[in-house]
Amino acid sequence: MTDILNAVLVLVLVLNLFALGTSRLAAVIRIVSFQGALLGIVPLLAHEHVGLPAILAAAVAVILKGFVIPSIMMRALRDANIKREVEPLVGFMPSIILGAAATAFALVLTGGLTPSAHEAASLIIPTSIATVLVGFILLTTRYKAISQVVGYLVLENGIFIFGVLLVEAIPLVVEMGVLLDLFVGIFVISIITNHINQAFASLDTRRLDALKE
Amino acid sequence: MAYALLCFPFVMAAFAALFPSNRFRPWFLPVTAAVHAAATLLAIRGPGFETGTSVLVLDPLGKIVALVTGMLFLFGSVYAVGYLKIRSERNNRVFVSCLLSFLGLATLVAWSNHLGLTWVAIEGTTLATAPLIYFNRTKRSIEATWKYLLVGSVGIALALLGTFFLAYALLHEGIAPTLDFAELRRLAPDLSKPWLRAAFVLLLIGYGTKMGLAPMQTWKPDAYGEAPGLVGAILAAGVTSCAFLAFLRIYAIVNASGEGAYASRLLLFMGLLSMAVAGLFMLGQKDFKRMLAYSSVEHMGILMIGLGVGKAALFGTLLHVMTNASTKGVLFLSAANIHRAYDAKTTDEVRGAIRRQPVSGILFLAGFIAITGSPPFGPFVSEFAIVTGAFASGNFLTAALFLVFLLVVFIGMGKTTLRVVQGDMPEGAERFRDTALTLLPIFAFMALVLMLGLHIPAPLRALIEDAVRFLEVGA
Repeated sequence: MTDILNAVLVLVLVLNLFALGTSRLAAVIRIVSFQGALLGIVPLLAHEHVGLPAILAAAVAVILKGFVIPSIMMRALRDANIKREVEPLVGFMPSIILGAAATAFALVLTGGLTPSAHEAASLIIPTSIATVLVGFILLTTRYKAISQVVGYLVLENGIFIFGVLLVEAIPLVVEMGVLLDLFVGIFVISIITNHINQAFASLDTRRLDALKE
Repeated sequence: MAYALLCFPFVMAAFAALFPSNRFRPWFLPVTAAVHAAATLLAIRGPGFETGTSVLVLDPLGKIVALVTGMLFLFGSVYAVGYLKIRSERNNRVFVSCLLSFLGLATLVAWSNHLGLTWVAIEGTTLATAPLIYFNRTKRSIEATWKYLLVGSVGIALALLGTFFLAYALLHEGIAPTLDFAELRRLAPDLSKPWLRAAFVLLLIGYGTKMGLAPMQTWKPDAYGEAPGLVGAILAAGVTSCAFLAFLRIYAIVNASGEGAYASRLLLFMGLLSMAVAGLFMLGQKDFKRMLAYSSVEHMGILMIGLGVGKAALFGTLLHVMTNASTKGVLFLSAANIHRAYDAKTTDEVRGAIRRQPVSGILFLAGFIAITGSPPFGPFVSEFAIVTGAFASGNFLTAALFLVFLLVVFIGMGKTTLRVVQGDMPEGAERFRDTALTLLPIFAFMALVLMLGLHIPAPLRALIEDAVRFLEVGA
């Protein structure tokens, strides 16, 4: 179990770097949705006792993050009729290097921080922090609205990983609530991006600069 | 009974969404508000509202926010009916059901004693209020909505990470993690200090973004400036109070753990920074709705200062939640009326409001005088209590800076407000008649502001004192 868990977490870290490096938006969405679906089954790998609530939560997470949310975003992408990210603030190659640096930083900083009761989960905290940092890189350096939403999804994935350690503290109701929030959030955001596209004829957020002092 | 109260706004939101008549749909709002307010008062007063689970409890802190939200919605819903009548050409399906959903979510925040559930509800309020900002369908409002959604969601994601850090602070010490508020308070002294501090910083940034503290306030002037006035009032008085409640619980836990001094330094810094930034941006501000947004930033800063000072200023801080909410109601709704009459919201085009719209103009002016802390209005009492608390506890520099920033805000806000209300009406402009439905709620809010300034009723005073005792902060 531990080996599979660690393999999955390493795969998540690699997917982060993939997401940073490509300008094809459809690809980024697919990468992040695969990451989300993968993370849906991590709770099942990390804990020895797997009850029905955990399986239910995992199923909902996989369906939501792996299928529903990407389909909403692909739809938004099609309606906006764009295919690629413009040259971002930090270029694609430098982004990968930055992401790798963030991953290394997270591993060094938090690598030794898991309590002994959870030896199996020793990669969880570093993966979580690294994913959060990569999400931030995407959010702050990309210009297209959809890329920023993808950054938000990566950020949420990172936080979700951390939550895996705390399954006892989070009742099923709250878990469902978090997933519901994510779903509704993406739904509302996709409607807004549609309207942005209609109003500005573009999804480049640099055009949204009318409001300032 | 409690579950009925909590589900009721959502049920009404669903009905409103399905209701076919655009003309009569707005009436869902005051009806729901009235029932909800009555039920909330009963829940605050007496027994019969136990939920049987520790996840949902109406503790003294929750009571104050439930009261504020209920009152805000009650008066605001009447204004909404008037507003939607004027804007009857627009489809109000999304508007009405989102407003009702917000009421349900705000009530959930007040009742929630599980930090995870609180988080879900607060993120929910972001999602429920975003479509409201976009009601006017202008290019500017969509930009404002986008920034609100993105910055709000990212901020709140950080708050979730902070919440998880908090639970992990227990796990790290070998204790079974929990996010139950009462349990966390009880176990607080055993929390791992580094993780607790990291959690506190993340939660301050996260919920602070929702409140609109500096330096995370950049979305506020855009959102409050472009949203319809009623939505501005809901955001400024409702959403911020909910975020503040979430933060209050964190504050209680941190204090119970013994890290109060660390927290206090951060809170005082953020509070003073917010007041300074607000004052700075209000100087020379031409757009009076953006000015109100900065006023909200300032008052969130005041709340943080009150928490940073601690025990001596707690009564004032909790009272300030109420006085701020009522005064923001007056300001946003009267500003909305003025905006509507002139079809403009900058001092370039809006002059002489007192001549053109005497009632709204005077109320707007009175609102300004109230929010900047003049007696006999409510904010004076609460701000005075916070400042005396600061002096009493030896925070002289804080108190001095507090007063200086209040002055800067007064000057900046005064200039803009006086430009709006005084002077001659623009060429060819006539007297503008506001409808009764858009004026009565402002009077109601104003009455509340005056009551809190002149004489706080005994039951209300007892409620706040109860909450102060509940927070149990050491000196």
